[in-house]
Order: sequence, then C-alpha cells, then structure tokens
Amino acid sequence: MPMKIALTGNYAVAYAVKLAKPQVIAAYPITPQTPVVEKLSEFVESGELKAQMIRVESEHSALAACLGAALAGARVFTATSSQGLLYMHEIIHWASRVRAPMVMAVVSRTINAPWNIWPDHSDFLDQRDAGWVMAYAMDNQEAFDLTLQAFKISEDPEVYLPVMVGLEGFVLGHTAMPVEIPDEKDVDAWLGERRQPYVVDGSEPIGVGGLTWPEDTEDMFYGIQQAMERAKSAIKRVDAEYGKLFGRSYGGLIQCYRCEDAKYIAVSMGAWSGELMESVNMLRDEGYPIGVARIRFYRPFPHEDLWEVARSARAVFVFDRAISFGSWGQIYADLVAGLLLHTNKLPPVMDIVTGIAGVHVSAEDFYAMIKKLIEKVESGHNIGYFEWVRVRR
Amino acid sequence: MSAPQTQRPLPPLPAKARGIVLPGDTSCPGCPIPIAFKVLASVFGDKMILVIPACCTSVILGTYPGQSLKAGVIHVPFASAAAVASGVAAALKMRGIEDVQVIAWAGDGGTADIGMATLSGAAERNEDIIYIMYDNEAYMNTGIQRSSATPQGAWTTTTPVLGKLEPKKDVAKIMIAHGVPYVATASIAYPHDFYQKLMKAKSIKGFRFIHLHAPCPPGWRFDPMYTVRIARLAVETGLWILYEYHNGKLMLSPPSQPYLDPSKRKPIEEYLKLQGRFRKITPELIKAIQQHVESNWEWIKKMMS
Repeated sequence: MPMKIALTGNYAVAYAVKLAKPQVIAAYPITPQTPVVEKLSEFVESGELKAQMIRVESEHSALAACLGAALAGARVFTATSSQGLLYMHEIIHWASRVRAPMVMAVVSRTINAPWNIWPDHSDFLDQRDAGWVMAYAMDNQEAFDLTLQAFKISEDPEVYLPVMVGLEGFVLGHTAMPVEIPDEKDVDAWLGERRQPYVVDGSEPIGVGGLTWPEDTEDMFYGIQQAMERAKSAIKRVDAEYGKLFGRSYGGLIQCYRCEDAKYIAVSMGAWSGELMESVNMLRDEGYPIGVARIRFYRPFPHEDLWEVARSARAVFVFDRAISFGSWGQIYADLVAGLLLHTNKLPPVMDIVTGIAGVHVSAEDFYAMIKKLIEKVESGHNIGYFEWVRVRR
Repeated sequence: MSAPQTQRPLPPLPAKARGIVLPGDTSCPGCPIPIAFKVLASVFGDKMILVIPACCTSVILGTYPGQSLKAGVIHVPFASAAAVASGVAAALKMRGIEDVQVIAWAGDGGTADIGMATLSGAAERNEDIIYIMYDNEAYMNTGIQRSSATPQGAWTTTTPVLGKLEPKKDVAKIMIAHGVPYVATASIAYPHDFYQKLMKAKSIKGFRFIHLHAPCPPGWRFDPMYTVRIARLAVETGLWILYEYHNGKLMLSPPSQPYLDPSKRKPIEEYLKLQGRFRKITPELIKAIQQHVESNWEWIKKMMS
C-alpha cells in the first residue's frame, strides 16, 4: 500500500533509493548531504536494504566505487554536495563517457570559498558539460519521485547515461514535508532488473576506457549527444507512466505554472520556484499575465518545450541561482541559445542572477523584481539583458 | 658478469597464459609488464578483472577496439584504482560471482603518490581485492618524471641535474602498517616466486597487496636485454628484498634468503653501474644507499623474529 509520511528532502531521497534497491552504495559525508547517507546506512545495517555500503575515504572514491560496481553489473547510488561534487568531477566525466548507468543525488550547496553551507545552484550547474542527465527538484515529493525515476531513465536502453538529481540543501534537504511513497511491489514491477549496455564481470573478455584514436573517441562522444536527444522522450515516457501508476506526473522536462494565457514567462529551477509561483499568484491578482516555466531537467536542455512556452511572450525573465563569472547565469545562456534555434526574433529575454550563496529570495522579492520589469516593458523601456540582484533585508 | 645462479631448474609455469596474454601489445622492448602479465594469467587465466589507472599499461594493452589481454579490463582515472576495484568486488559479491579475481594493477605513481589515499582507504576497509603495484620507480608513461618511489640518486627528467635527493617511499611497509591480511614484495626476475605469492594471495580473503619490482629500460637507461638481469641484481645486492607478510608474520622468500648474510650480497655498484640513471652517482650517495640497504635488512630481521 502507498503511504504518506513526513520526510525531509534528504530522507525522501533515501526512501526512494531504498525502493530502487541498489546493490552497491558508496558515499562520503558532507554537509548538507549527510542525512541521505546516514539513513541509507541505517537501511543497510538493519537489513531493510540488501546492499553493500562502501564507506569510502573521499567523494572521488565514492563515485569511483560506484563506477566499478555499475560496470560490474550492480545498480548503484551515491550522494554529495558542493566541494564533494567538485572533488568527484573527474569521475563524473568518466562515468558518462563509459556510459555507466547510475544515480547520484546532489544536495546543493554553494561552492566555497569562503566556507558557506547555504544552497545555490553553483555546484549542480558546474557539472553542466559532463554528459549526465541532470534533474532538479522543487519539493520533497518531487525529490523522491525524481530519484526513483532517475534509475529508470538511467537504465533505459535508449539513454544509458548516469543521472543526477539536484535538490537544495536545508531548504528541502533538512525541511520535512508530507511525501507519498508508493508500494514496493508496484515499484519493483515498474523499475525491473538492472539494465546496462555491457558488463565487466568475468563472463567475457572486455576492455573499457582504453586508449582510443580520435575518430573512435569522437564517435563515442557523438553517441552521448544522441542519447541525450533520445533522453528527452524517455524522460517524458517515464513521467507519464509514473503518473499513471503512482498518480504524479509533472509534465516532462519542464513544468508550467499558469502559462496558458501568460504574456510574461519567468524561467526558474529548484525550490525557490515555489516562492516564484507564489509571487505569480500575487501578480496575477493584480492583473499581470505571468506564468512560470520551471526547468525540471537541465540536461538534456528542454529548448523545444521552453520555446513553446516563450514563443508568444512579450518578455522572458530568467532567474538564475548561479553565475558563470564573466558572463551570466547558465540557464540564461542555454535558454537564449536554445530559443535562437527556433527564431531569429527573440522577445526580450532578461537574466536575473539572485539568491547567490544561499541568500533567501522571498515571494515578495520576486514580486517586486518582476513587477518592476513588467512595468518597464509595458512602458516601452529597454529592460536590458542582465542584472545581479543582491537581496538584502 | 656471471650468469644468474639458481639452485635447481624450476618447472615451467602453467601454460594458461598463452591464450590470455596475446601478442601485439605496444610495450617498449624489454618491458617488464608483459612478463608480469604472463604470471598473472598463469594463476587466474581469463577469470580476472584488472582495474588500471593511468600508467604504462593504459597504453601497452593496445588501442580500441583491440586489447592484448584476454580478460576484463577497466581503465580508470589516475587516483581511483583501489576505489573502482572495491566497487567491482562489491558488485560481484552481490551478484554471487565468486570465481573472478578483481585486481587493481597500478604503477608506482598511481600507488605511492596520487593513489595513496584511495589505496589506504581500500586497505583500511579490507576490500576483497588484490592490489599490485608494479614499480618502475618513476612516471614512465609520461616520460620519466620523479615519483616518491624513485630511489635516491636516480636521474629523472624532473631531477635532471641533482638526481633524486630523497630515499624511496616504502609502500609495502605502509601496507603492513594497515594490518591487511597479506603483503608481499615480488620481482619480475623471479616469476615462480611471484606465482607462489599470487597463489597464496588467491587463497586469502580481504585486501592483499603485492609490490612488484619492475625495471624499465628506457626509464632507467639500460639495454632492453638486461631487464631481468637488473631485476635479479636488485635482489642479489640486497637492495630489493623479497618477503611475504601474513598473519602478523614476515617470511623471507627463498630467492632473498641467502642475502640475509651480508657477505653473500653482491656490491650494490654492480646493480647501479648497469643503469644510466645512476651515471652521476657519487661515492657518498653509494654509501647512503648502502646504509639504506643495511637498515632495511635490520628491519627484516626484526620483523622475522
């Protein structure tokens, strides 16, 4: 029977992992990811989850152990944050380039220095070019659902890529919300056995990742790009079948909120989309026709879906919670490039970088920022393309 | 120089290696690595998965889609061999596969330097793997740069004028300090000894470490025909001591037993003079190396008693 319990975001991830039944988990503690690993250790030691728990000496080794286990035929999981994610970075690339299906939770925390444990999207977006399917949750239920779905997407023969699921530390990670957990048998039947493109388990001679000439290497990387394209339909398929079986469908790579008749579109990702949606309600009450397009999957980048939402907009406001210093927010860059694939007449698209380093951005803050921008557009003023808004209270 | 002495002719190793270590690898002439692989294959056949970080072997096994070793091979980033091997072993255990040996096969750089933390972690967790450090005493694949396992006095491209100033890092001792079930030193000049050690390691569960001395002709600056002779001289001079450490006891291996008696050891100059990397070595340095050898034997004696 499905059940509903109050879970923090971290525990929601751990419960989803338990249902996915990985055979090997390797992890290293870092704030704010630790409760994920602690809960999973509890599941393993109590026998509720039959898995090998490798308590490694670093994040680099955590993902390396997952890589080895994945290639040898096991379903695997790890979780990390911030500096830990950066320390893994080398293996993150290696894992996708050898097409090892695996799932990792990224409990977001600002990249340091200075020491800072509050969440922005800098750690997650730093993995942009690594060949992983990248999903990001808005609430604990979605963190649960995405984690479970990540296993299905990763092991889809059309995809066969590692998947990372992001959620903000503390804001979601340490905050409890009701989470519905589906029945184990239903999940088993839906998720099925481990699938992967090849296995290194002694059953046949095989070499993985050896010296390869440029042309063959390029072909392999081209295969990742093709898999990313196919992942778009796989993600939608998984979202739809999950919705049918477990009652929650989010609409695929993006989720639209009050977009139908919207003349202005705010684009965002992650937990603060909740505040953004609240501000949209406030603005709607005052007659401003605005909606939210929330990015659920950042890689593959959903430019088609975003184009559908943004094509008739008077202006698009992108809220980026990370910045590529010297340019602008990563989502903005992708969005503008993506929209230009569909038109050479872009509506004004503005990037608002804010909430950096975990600074809280409230619904009122979003309301004030958006209202000002809409009024500018309506009065025929140029809104510019970029602003870093440092919220202070 | 006289021919190497053996007490009695040894039987050939099991011929399983023939279908496993295939011709056509890309090693340099006189490379010790294929020699070691033949011994590995004669113990495990194709029932082994080698986890190989960046090292000469990354190249030696050939280019995609070919591979000169008929076994499972996973190439991995430099610092990750022991961790990837841990994961492979965990997966095999969960899947009930018991007849396949997971072996981390790494050079001295990937072990003593960049892979040290990973190695230490896997050893402390007592992962069920065999870790073999094949020690050619420098970063040979990148072109002979100094590693912490380079011996004192050796020329490398990053110690081009003065030679290495510090003594060699003793990784086997570090592994003994971890309290792992099995630690051994070996040499490519003594394949039977290496074979016995692999057989022994195979029979033990948990973390097993073998430190394999492997002279490199281009890196050590000697004629490729002398690979085995130089490896043998390292043992005969007492510089490289073959032993096993198991159940808290250190046992001197047969090839090294005669050299417990210092008078049986050849002068270390015989070993040094064949190698261009020691061309500029001074009498003081030779003395320092000699002292290092003595203290190493003192440690051996202490551990044996």
